[in-house]
Amino acid sequence: MVDMTKVSAHHASEASAQRLKKRHAAEVRLKAYGIAAIATACIALAALVWSVGGKAGGVLFEHYITLETPLPAEEFDPNGDGDPETLRKADYAGHVKDLVRATFPNVKDRRTRKQLNDLISVGASSELREYVMANPDLVGSDVTFSYVASDVVDLYLKGSFGTLKSQSPDGSLQIANDRKTVSVTSDTDDFAPVLAQVKADLSRSEARLTRQLALVNNGVAAFEKRLETAQTDEEKAAVEAEITARIAERDGLQAQIDELVRRAGASDEAETLKRSDPSVLLRLGDQWIKMTEIGPQGGVGTLLGAPIEDGAVEAGGWSYYLLDTPEASRKISDVQVSWVETLREAGAVDKKLNWRFLSASDSREPELAGILGATVGTFWTMLVTFVLAFPIGMLAAIYLEEFAPKNRLTDLIEVNINNLAAVPSIIFGLLGLSIVIGFFGVPRSAPLVGGIVLALMTLPTIIIASRASIAAVPPSIREAALGVGASQLQTSFHHVLPAALPGVLTGTIIGMARALGETAPLILIGMVAFIVNIPKGINDSATALPVLIFRWADFPERAFEAKTAAAICLLLVFLIFMNALAVFLRKQFERRW
Amino acid sequence: MTNMRVNEAAIDARDVKVKASNVDVYYADNHAIKDVTVDILNNTVTAFIGPSGCGKSTFLRCLNRMNDTIDICRVTGQILMDGEDIYDKAIDPVQLRARVGMVFQKPNPFPKSIYDNIAYGPRIHGLVSTKPDLDAVVEKSLRRAAIWDEVKDRLDQPGTGLSGGQQQRLCIARAIATAPEVLLMDEPCSALDPIATAQIEELIDELRSNYSVVIVTHSMQQAARVSQKTAFFHLGVMVEYGDTTHIFTNPDDKRTQDYITGRFG
Repeated sequence: MVDMTKVSAHHASEASAQRLKKRHAAEVRLKAYGIAAIATACIALAALVWSVGGKAGGVLFEHYITLETPLPAEEFDPNGDGDPETLRKADYAGHVKDLVRATFPNVKDRRTRKQLNDLISVGASSELREYVMANPDLVGSDVTFSYVASDVVDLYLKGSFGTLKSQSPDGSLQIANDRKTVSVTSDTDDFAPVLAQVKADLSRSEARLTRQLALVNNGVAAFEKRLETAQTDEEKAAVEAEITARIAERDGLQAQIDELVRRAGASDEAETLKRSDPSVLLRLGDQWIKMTEIGPQGGVGTLLGAPIEDGAVEAGGWSYYLLDTPEASRKISDVQVSWVETLREAGAVDKKLNWRFLSASDSREPELAGILGATVGTFWTMLVTFVLAFPIGMLAAIYLEEFAPKNRLTDLIEVNINNLAAVPSIIFGLLGLSIVIGFFGVPRSAPLVGGIVLALMTLPTIIIASRASIAAVPPSIREAALGVGASQLQTSFHHVLPAALPGVLTGTIIGMARALGETAPLILIGMVAFIVNIPKGINDSATALPVLIFRWADFPERAFEAKTAAAICLLLVFLIFMNALAVFLRKQFERRW
Repeated sequence: MTNMRVNEAAIDARDVKVKASNVDVYYADNHAIKDVTVDILNNTVTAFIGPSGCGKSTFLRCLNRMNDTIDICRVTGQILMDGEDIYDKAIDPVQLRARVGMVFQKPNPFPKSIYDNIAYGPRIHGLVSTKPDLDAVVEKSLRRAAIWDEVKDRLDQPGTGLSGGQQQRLCIARAIATAPEVLLMDEPCSALDPIATAQIEELIDELRSNYSVVIVTHSMQQAARVSQKTAFFHLGVMVEYGDTTHIFTNPDDKRTQDYITGRFG
C-alpha cells in the first residue's frame, strides 16, 4: 500500500517543480506550433487571394474604339422600308473593316491589312447590327459607334505588354529617305539611352555564351581523358574526331563572345534591333518609323505609316518611344501599337466598366467571353442537386437514426455511406455517364444529369452531417414526445427534426458548396462543351462555372488569364456566401435546452 | 385543499387501477426487475422508493411501455390496466401513453411556445376540434398544474425560458392535457429547489383527486408527505408494499427498516 502522506510531500519537492516546468514548456511549445500553423495558413490564403484577385482585376474594364460610322441607306436598307430581314442581312463585318481601313488609308499589303482588322473584335460587327436593328431610323445618317477592341489591343491598353515609354529628344532631326528605309540623324546623342540598353542586353547574351563555352570545354576535357584510355586505333580516331569538332565549336563560341564584348564596349557603334530587342518607335506627327538600327545619334528605320519627305525636323517636332517588351514576345505588333497610339491620341479609345463579363455567355474571343451561361448552368445544376439530395439525405438520416433497427445490415449501410463520402468525384461522373446517360438515356450535357451526379456525390455528406445532428438532439425531447403519446413518426418530424434542422441545413450547404466547385464528374457527363446559349431549363445543354474555369485556363489566348481569375473569384464569392449562409442558419435556428 | 383529500381510511376500498403481476425486466442479460407484483389503486399516490439502481424507474417505465423504445429491453409477466393487458398485441403503445401520462426527472419542455407545449398532446390525439376548445384545455391544464397565473401573459414565449420549477409544472400540465388516467412521475423534484419541490408536492396531492399517481422518489420525506401507498425496491426486487404510514413507521422487512432509517441507500 502506498503511503499517501509521503506522496503528498512529493508536491513540494524539487522533482515536482521540474516536472511542472516541463509541462509548462510543453504547453508553450504546443501554442507556438499552433500559432505557426495558423500563420502559415493565413499566408497561403493571402497569397492565393493576392494572386487570383490581382489577375482578376484586369476584367474590371474593357476598351472600346469609337469611330464615326456612316450608315449609307443603299448599303443597309436599299429598299428603304426598314425591313428587319434586310437590315439583318447587311454586311456589317465588311462595313466595319472598310471603316477601319479608311481611318488608316496608307495600309496597302494584305498582311498589314489583316493586322489592321485585328484592332477591333470580330464581335463588334454583330453589336453594330443589333444597334442598327434597334434603331432602324438611323440608317442614312452618320452615327458615333463604340466598337469593342480586340483582346490584344485591350491587353496592350491595360499595360500587359509593358508600357510605351516616351523619350523627349533635344536635337533636331535630319531625315533621308531610301527606297524602303529611312535614315534619321539627330545632332545630339538623343538615342544614347536606348543604345545603352541594347548594349546591356549584349552583355547578357555574352554571359549566356560563356556558360555554353564552359560546357563545351568540359566536353573537350572528357574526351581527352577517354583518349588516354582508348585501346584500338579505331577508337582513338573516333575520339580524336570528337575532340576536333568540340574545339572548333569552342573557337567559334569564343569568337562570338569576343565580338559581343567588343560591341558592348563600343558605345558609339550602331546596333541592329532584332525582333527580340526592345522596340524603338520614332514619331513625326502622324508618321511612325520603326527603328531597325540605332546609333547614339540616329539610325535606320522602316516606315509604318504615311510616306515621309526628306528634310529636317526641329526639336519638339519629333519624339520617340521605347517599348521594353520585344515584339517577339507580345501579340501586338509595332504597327498595331502605332495605330492604337494614334487612335488614343485622337480620343477614340474609351475605357468602360466591363459588364459584358457578367452578362455575356462563353465565346472563343476572350474580349467577348462572359460567365452568364455558366452561372445559369450552375444554378440549374445546383437546383437539381438540392431538390434531390436534401430530401433524400434528410430522410435517409432520419430513418437510419430514428427508425432503423441496429443490426448487421444497417451497420453495413452505415459503413458504406461513410465510405461513399470518400469516393473520388470522378467515379460519380463515370456512374452518371454509364447509368444516367447510358442506361436511362437522359440527354448529356444537361444540368439534370449534372445535378443527379452531384446529388449522389453530396448525399453521403448530407446524411453524415444530418445523422450527427439528429443524434445530438437530447433524448429527453424524444421521451417527452413519446410520453405524451406521440408516435415515433410524430416524434421524429415534430420534435427531433426541427431541433436538428440547423445541423441538417449546415450539412446540406457544405455538401452543396462542395458540389458547386466540382469539375471532374461534370466533364465526364459532357458539361464541358462549348455552349453559347444560356440554358433555359434543366434539359438544355449547359456548362458550369468550375468547368468554364477549367476550359478557360486551357485556352492559349492571354486575355483569358484575367477572365479565368475573375471567374475563380466569382466562384469563391459563391462559396463564401454559401458558407456564410450555413453559419447564419446555424446561429439563427440553434436552440438551447 | 383539505376538501380534496380523500379519507385515508377509504384507501383500501378503492379500485385497483393497474395490476402488475410477476413482472420481470431484462436489459439484454441483465435481470433488472425480478418478479414484481403490485396493485396500483385509483385516486391514490403510490410512491416507489429504494436505493439507486434498484429498478424503480425501470418498473415505472413498464407501466406506459416506455421501455419499448430501448431495443435490448425485454419485459415478461402481466400488467393489467382496468383489466386489460397493456402488453397485449392489440394495445397500441402510442394510445396507452396518452392514457398513462409521464413526467420525467429533468424538466423537458419542447423547445416551442408554452401554449404549443400544452396543446401538442390534445392536437395529436384529436381531443378537441376547435381553437376555443383547445384554448380551454390549455388553460385548464395550466391551472391544474398551478402555473396558469405565472404564464398566462406569455403563452407564446418558449417553454424553455421558464425557471426549473416552472418548467416541471409545465411538463405536468403537458402530461395532464391529454387527460390521462394514470400519471407516472420519475423523480419529478430531483432537479428542483425546495420551494419548487413544495409546489410540485402540493400539486401531486391535488392531482390525486382525478388520477392515479405513481411517483418514484429518492427522498423518503417526500414519499411520506405525498403518498398513501409505498413500495420499497431493492436490487430489482420489490421488498415491501403497503400503506405509507405502515412502511414508514413499522415496516415488516428488515431491509426496509434499514433503508428508511438511513443505514444504506
